[in-house]
Parts: sequence; C-alpha cells; structure tokens
Amino acid sequence: MGTRHYRRKTSHSEHGPGDGGRTGSWRVERPVFDRNLCIPCKRNKEACFICWLFCPEIVISRTIPPTVDLEYCKGCGICAEECPTKAITMVDEAKFAEEDKE
Amino acid sequence: MHIIEDGNAAAALGVRLCRPQVIAAYPITPQTPVTEKLSEYVEEGSLSAQYIPVESEHSALAVCIAASSAGARVFTATSANGLLYMHEQVQWAAGARLPIVMCVVNRAVGAPWNIWNDQQDSISQRDTGWIQMYCADHQQILDTVIKAYWLAEKVSIPIMVCYDGYILSHTFMPFDLPEAGKVDAFLPPFQPDYALNPREPANLNTVTLPDVRVDVHGELAHGYMEIRYLLQEDLRLALAAAAEMERRFAGVFGRTADPYLEPYRCDDADFVAVGLGSLTYQLRVSVDALRAEGIRVGVMGVRFYRPFPDEAIANALKGKKSVIVFEKALSYGYEGALASDLKSALYEYLGGTGSLPTVQNFIAGIGGREIHTQELTDTLRAATQARVSKEPVWIGLKL
Repeated sequence: MGTRHYRRKTSHSEHGPGDGGRTGSWRVERPVFDRNLCIPCKRNKEACFICWLFCPEIVISRTIPPTVDLEYCKGCGICAEECPTKAITMVDEAKFAEEDKE
Repeated sequence: MHIIEDGNAAAALGVRLCRPQVIAAYPITPQTPVTEKLSEYVEEGSLSAQYIPVESEHSALAVCIAASSAGARVFTATSANGLLYMHEQVQWAAGARLPIVMCVVNRAVGAPWNIWNDQQDSISQRDTGWIQMYCADHQQILDTVIKAYWLAEKVSIPIMVCYDGYILSHTFMPFDLPEAGKVDAFLPPFQPDYALNPREPANLNTVTLPDVRVDVHGELAHGYMEIRYLLQEDLRLALAAAAEMERRFAGVFGRTADPYLEPYRCDDADFVAVGLGSLTYQLRVSVDALRAEGIRVGVMGVRFYRPFPDEAIANALKGKKSVIVFEKALSYGYEGALASDLKSALYEYLGGTGSLPTVQNFIAGIGGREIHTQELTDTLRAATQARVSKEPVWIGLKL
C-alpha cells in the first residue's frame, strides 16, 4: 500500500501527536514535575498551564497534575525553561534506563 | 480593443485583467516598468490588490508564497540577478505546488555586470520545477499571462512567463487588449484545495521525512520522495493541460495557436531553425531571404520549454535534414540547453529510424550583443550546406 490516493500532493501536517514520527525516541532529557512547586497542583484548580501553552509538540496535558506523553516528547526543555516556579526539571534519560534495569 | 504599448505594459495590462489579489516585487531593469504600472493601477483603484513593497527579490517571492498559501492569486516579476537572488524561493514555490505567475524579463546575468538581453537567467532556472513559457511578441505576452494563470491553477504548478528584455519589454507594438468580461469567462477566481485558515491550522512544507508516515488522521502520507515524484508526474501531465488551455482560450478569444510550438514555413523544409522568444521572429526574415534563394528552410519557436514538449518537437522535426538551434544562453561547459534537450527528444523518437536530423547549435546575443539579421541569414545558409561544428558556435564573436 502506497500513498497514491493520499488526498494531498504537498507536505501538510496538522498538529497532533505523531505527525513527525515517534519523536519520543529523540529525547535525552525527560521533564519531571515537582507537584509541590507546580501552581495548578498546589492550588488544585485551573491555573498557569504555561507548560501546556508553550510545548511545541502539544504533548503536555492541561490537567492536574499536567502529564507528558513520552511517546512524542522530544525533551526540548522549553516547559522547564518557561515554568515560572521552576517546577519542571530535565532529568537525564540514562537515569530512567538504569531504573528500568533494576 | 487594439492599442499600441510596450511589452512591459502588455504584461501589466494582462496581469490586471487576471485580477491578482497580492503583488510583491522588487525593481530591476528591464522588469521595473511592469511593477511600476501595477503599483499605479493599485494606487488609482483600477486594480483591487495588495501591493507589498519588499527589500529584495527573495522577499518578493516569499510574500507571493505566503499569500498564495493563504488562497490569494498573486503576481511578481523579475529579471537576471533578481531571479537568481530568489532562486531558493523559486524551488520552494514549485515544491509547495503554488500557482504563482511570474514574468521574467530576460536579461544577462553577472559577472560582469550587464543589463542587456539574453536568456541565461530563466534558462538557469530550468530544473526548478516551474513551467516556462516564452513569448515572441506583445500579444503573446498579454495572452500568455492570462493563459498562465489558468494553467498554473489547473495543475498547481508555478509558471514563468519569459520575454526578451528591451527587444520586447521596451519596444512598442500594436496588440489586442481583451475585454475584462472575456478574461473573467476564461479565468474563474482562484479556488485552492487548502488555504491557510485559523480554524484548520496546519504546518505547510515543514520537515518531511525520507520515508512515508502515518498522519494524525491515521492515513499513510507522502514522504519527501513521493511529493517530488508527483511534481514531476504533474509537470508531464501539464503538457495535455496546455492543449486544453489553448482550446479554451481559442473558444473565448478567437485566437488559436499550437500550445507548444510556433512553426514558420516548416512544412516542406529540409532545414529548421529552432529557438526561444523574439529571436525566432527575427529568424523569419532570414528564412524568407533564404527561401528566395531556393533553400528549403523554416523556423520553429518553442513556446513551452518546461515541461519539454519532446514528442511534439520530435514529430515536427521528423524527416528534416538538420535542426539548427539558436540560443541566447548556454549550459556552460557543454552546449545550449535547448540543443541538448532537442537532441534527447530526437534520439528518443527518431533514433534508429535512419532519419535522425543532425543538430547544430549557435549561440547569439549574449549580454545584448547586437544580432544582425544578415549574420543570422549567413549562419543559417552555411548550416544548410554542411555541419559547421560539433561545438556550439558563437555568432558575432569578435575574438
């Protein structure tokens, strides 16, 4: 099965997970949330969500707590950079690989 | 209505009749008067379009790419180094499949700096995926602009309408200016398959992977290679669309023409001169002179250069003894690009038949060097007597 009958003849991507392939495999650092610092978590109500707003891959959920779809998170770190309370830390993926072994 | 105007005015009047919504251009000799006139039309209100002044040709085409992506009919024009400066965006417009129409007022490229006519500028853009149409007089300039919008929007491929700087752009000639109603009947408003829309957001032509991929709807979408193949496939299919274009144009305007070629006294000719643009009309004078001497010679203009009408050209040249290609451009390091393309078509369709014409290549008018009709006549006569050279021969060279 090829793409002969695909509805376009151009490169046209819509936002949504997976349009650029499984980009989670590119990640070398993973965003980890500290619920004691995250504003929506602390107040337990809709607030802030700067991480959700800035994520270029749309993989952060607008939920309490925010969750990250690691299948597609590229680990760019924009969420950690933008978080006003520094609630997000980028953690080396090697650490999680070690945990998986244990 | 018949009027007398210069070639740039013919282009601008043709563009106005096509009702473009966005025009962006940067001035460069000899193209400048086209965009000056269009800016005046917008200023006086006789053309309802956004005229966007920019700081370079690269930006001019970038504006056209953006506006066309948003669903607008757009126009730009350039020459020579301006065209070279937009080269990156030229390639982009083709891959993005945007039906942009651009007049290229042919001029020599630097170095050394030169503002006069040859065709090295557009010929050097041959492989960018644009359709290229060449004009030989003012009526053709106006008509080709109108046809180009229809064809570009039909096949979603941008088109260069090429005409010789000064020789056509700055000379005056009578031509028929059609009524707006006729152009509207021929050319419906542009209706793109997709136009940028905040309610249907999309990334256009972003990083596209080497292989195919599943899109967000779960459908298998093209990789880069499929998209580029479809451009080539549709360029080849555009030859048939061009025939439809001419039939429709004739139906509305009453002027008929072969979509690909413009032969003159070729039917019984043993020798045929071939070229692009106004040079082929000058060659008609030489053909008439040589016919008076009893030499069976004709001349054929190639109006449609990309996609290359290989089959039509080979059929038109079947049975001829020699094809003499005159060019105002060169694929440096080899020969004229048209001569190479022609040889390829002849080999494909006539190879092994025993009636393969010889091909001779003459380079003329580089950097605006005056082409004397007597020189053309003498060159053509010599070429009918014996094959002059395997290498391209430069006419009027004073080394």
